[in-house]
Amino acid sequence: MSGQVSQLTPGAAPTPPVVPFGSERPARPRPRRPTHRPAWEEPPSKAGAVSKFVILAVVVLTVVFPLYTVVLTSVSTQAETIRAGGLVTIPGEMTLNAYTQILSGGVVTRAALVSVGITAVGTVLSTVVSVLAAYGLSRPGSFMHRPILFVFLITMFFGAGLIPTYLLVSGLGLINSYWALILPGAVSAFNVLILRNFFMGVEPAILDAARIDGAGDWRILRAIVLPMSKAAIAVVALFYGVGYWNAFFNAMLYINDNEKWPIQMVLRSYVLQGVSLPGGGTGTVDVATGVVTGLPVQMAVMVLAVVPILLVYPFVQRHFTKGVIFGAIKG
Amino acid sequence: MTVPLLHRRRPKASDAERPDGAAATAPSGQPRRLSRRAQIARDRSLLIMVLPAVVLLAVFAYVPMFGNIMAWSSYSPYQGFFGSPWIGWENFERVFSNPLFLNAVGNTLAITAFQLVFFFPVPIFLALLLNSVLSPRIRTTIQSIVYLPHFFSWVLVVTLFQQMFGGAGLLSQNLRQHGYEGFDLMTNPDTFLVLITMQSVWKDAGWGIIIFLAALSTVSPELYEAAAVDGANRWRRMWHITLPALRPVVILLLILRLGDSLTVGFEQLILQRAAVGVGVSDVIDTFVYYQGVVYGDWSFAAAAGLVKGVVSLALVLGANKLAHVFGESGVYKRA
Repeated sequence: MSGQVSQLTPGAAPTPPVVPFGSERPARPRPRRPTHRPAWEEPPSKAGAVSKFVILAVVVLTVVFPLYTVVLTSVSTQAETIRAGGLVTIPGEMTLNAYTQILSGGVVTRAALVSVGITAVGTVLSTVVSVLAAYGLSRPGSFMHRPILFVFLITMFFGAGLIPTYLLVSGLGLINSYWALILPGAVSAFNVLILRNFFMGVEPAILDAARIDGAGDWRILRAIVLPMSKAAIAVVALFYGVGYWNAFFNAMLYINDNEKWPIQMVLRSYVLQGVSLPGGGTGTVDVATGVVTGLPVQMAVMVLAVVPILLVYPFVQRHFTKGVIFGAIKG
Repeated sequence: MTVPLLHRRRPKASDAERPDGAAATAPSGQPRRLSRRAQIARDRSLLIMVLPAVVLLAVFAYVPMFGNIMAWSSYSPYQGFFGSPWIGWENFERVFSNPLFLNAVGNTLAITAFQLVFFFPVPIFLALLLNSVLSPRIRTTIQSIVYLPHFFSWVLVVTLFQQMFGGAGLLSQNLRQHGYEGFDLMTNPDTFLVLITMQSVWKDAGWGIIIFLAALSTVSPELYEAAAVDGANRWRRMWHITLPALRPVVILLLILRLGDSLTVGFEQLILQRAAVGVGVSDVIDTFVYYQGVVYGDWSFAAAAGLVKGVVSLALVLGANKLAHVFGESGVYKRA
């Protein structure tokens, strides 16, 4: 773990990343965690060890079990769900029918593609704009530094309000436009500050050396700061990407045309609210007979809505160490 | 290089930490100020880099911020923003005398208070527990698993809870199979506070651990060893070393939460508003949305939203002041 920290804090270890505002806590070198019980520590009591194990196991199961049943149900046959009376917890007859059904065109496929598009465009836009802004703000003493910094900070403390924002977006003619799902939240001052924090931790001597060699700010950003800040940028990009992928309220607000719905709206409508999927007639609970039809299809939509996150998460997850998050929250 | 090196030199980190922004003086210490034009020339690239973000914020944060003046008008889409008549404080009077608004404020505060008691301590407890796990492998595995739900959407989380605890959910289904009566937690207003707190804990308590683990990782093991040698047992070590190490973080997060008192999971609540009823689930944000976007009472809704925004700002500033009184650094401090 300590190896990752040095990767997260570019430059020499003793230079703490400068916190934009708030307490400048001196970054002590991370103490090495013992991986075995030190001699002075009393061994845990039997009861203590057992209860610790039980609690942690319950915590892990609480997270994993619902996901397990959902995935299992999505690959089970309809007959199997009827036999189980609903969600399937014990593997039985398996099929991928639900997935072929939702991925063979139609509402869910289209919504997934819409979400992929919005997430891709939005994440790239937000990340590029934020990286540039963070670098532009990383040098106290530059022209208008403090006023510009305040332009960002104020947005963290005073929200504009839903109604004026809605009227603005509709006034700009963005109702039913995908840009309405991207532009209003494209810049998060919080994420800009995470990156700024990080860029300010780059050893000034390196930047000075580059400058003496004739490198301008664009060159320094591209050739020095960016390669040193991959971890922070990956985490910020993940925050933005997850935000775009998961957003449903913006779509509820700005997208009236359900042909243009992103996946979260489809999930809400066809799974949470149980509206029938057009054409398929599936995905409803028949109240009269109590027979659940199309449950595998509904669960497959749920799985589809988390798959992108599960795909990206392992790669970014290891960067969540304290360098990024701790600095950010302190900021 | 045409520009003298002295001008091109950037302030070092030590300068950057100086709170008064004194970096305008040359690093060598000479009290030398560049002309405005020379500063712009020097920092042109930086200004260009900031520009796109500033433009986006100007349009999508600052224009609506000033758009809040509509709270003093009687906005109608046909008369337009500036064509609508200005009616003074009438909207605000209506807001404060509106029983639905007061209900929403009450619900908001109830949810905040309930979650402060039943959500806030959970990550601290989990972090302490996880921190005591010796094997790094098990520890990081558990971390990866419990962080995960934080990255799920609220639609997904609410749907999962519906599948587990709803009328046709897994729990009811099993109860019925064993001859008991099923139940529907998703539509029961009496247990709504418990339900949404369970959802919040499931989604975010794991992620909440991260900051406490970071704080714990800065504690030197030698402190524990010294205490143990002096005869302090496990609990005394926790009381005198571990908990004091967490104190600043706990206070910081409490402040942030207090400043955010009026903001409770908007997406989470709007998803469940219909199922469980307005009486318990309407909060200030959902109230604003329904009054404005759904019922078209635009200026009234904007006034309610503005009241919330101003009170929230006051709460953040007040909570931060409070932190300073207690000798903590708070979220920000005066430069």
